[in-house]
Amino acid sequence: MRFCGELNELDVRLSRLYHVPMPTTPTEPDPTAARRRWMGVLARADAATLRTRLAEAPPLPPHTRLRGPETGLVMARGRQGGDGAPFNLGEITVTRCSIRLQDGTVGHAYATGRDSAQAELAAVLDAALQDAGRRPALLAAVIEPLAAAQAARRAADAARAAATRVEFFTMATMR
Amino acid sequence: MTAADPSPGLTPGFAAPVPAAQSCFRALLEAMSRPGLIQTLTALPEAPAPLAPAAAAAILTLADADTPVWTDAGPAAEAWLRFHAGCPLVADPAAASFLLATASPPDLALPDAGTEEEPHRSATLVLQVAALEAGAGWTLSGPGIETTHRLHAAGLPAGFAAAWAANAARFPRGVDLVLCAGDSLAALPRTTRLEETR
Repeated sequence: MRFCGELNELDVRLSRLYHVPMPTTPTEPDPTAARRRWMGVLARADAATLRTRLAEAPPLPPHTRLRGPETGLVMARGRQGGDGAPFNLGEITVTRCSIRLQDGTVGHAYATGRDSAQAELAAVLDAALQDAGRRPALLAAVIEPLAAAQAARRAADAARAAATRVEFFTMATMR
Repeated sequence: MTAADPSPGLTPGFAAPVPAAQSCFRALLEAMSRPGLIQTLTALPEAPAPLAPAAAAAILTLADADTPVWTDAGPAAEAWLRFHAGCPLVADPAAASFLLATASPPDLALPDAGTEEEPHRSATLVLQVAALEAGAGWTLSGPGIETTHRLHAAGLPAGFAAAWAANAARFPRGVDLVLCAGDSLAALPRTTRLEETR
């Protein structure tokens, strides 16, 4: 099965891999920016971590599965060359899930890998986070701690990589 | 991801997509090879009004991202189809591979009837009727029917038999028809001849 849809998250991650900056959008009040952020955080968390965080959060509302969770392939695109022209890097495994709450709110989740429990939890959380009444508690209990942990892990990885960095221009000046 | 979800009333599709679509495809094959014989579907999706479960199951089984669909079923059904089948929706009946009609059927001359070289590229019309009943109504004959078969489709306009004869006259071009009511369906391929008997 091949998914088609917007997978900005992957594009962002791959462009980081290839050190090409993404085209930056002007900082206008984007109504989808907050949702995009929590969907990204949920996509990077695994099911066990999500359950641990949810233990401290108010209970999630009951839901109906609309589609999935199902696993398929997505063509991941990278950028290459000086002008950042897109190329097909390869297909990656993606699990997606869509659910509906009783009030009709629909939540979606796309995550790399085959963790269907993660995709379903992330979809329910996405739907619950769209409700302004539930949002503050869930953001505080689930999203912010996860985002902080992910940022710390990324910073630690970056620090480890930075320790092995070779500064070519310093070799030139040493001569 | 979309800013405002256009479909708050979205309902689930098939509970088990692969087995349900396979059994529905099998039923459609049987229906097409035995014209007029009523097939009852077992795995049905939770379709939004005004779609009947059988019509929704047939279109969900047949349509995908490569098949443009024309429908008169309204925004809820369109959003449901776009989400579950992922099919492009078109306003022009002539551009569609599958047509899903819930009210009166479109003129049978409008959909794509294929070409003389490639008649299999024609459109298939999934038509929702009030009821299907065997042993009454039309007398069917043609390939796939040993002698004759009787089928009554309630709720079709009066001139339908004449329009169907005109469709058959274009052979090998023409459209194929799937009649759906409730959880059952019957097919009329373009080779089937209809006689109105009273």
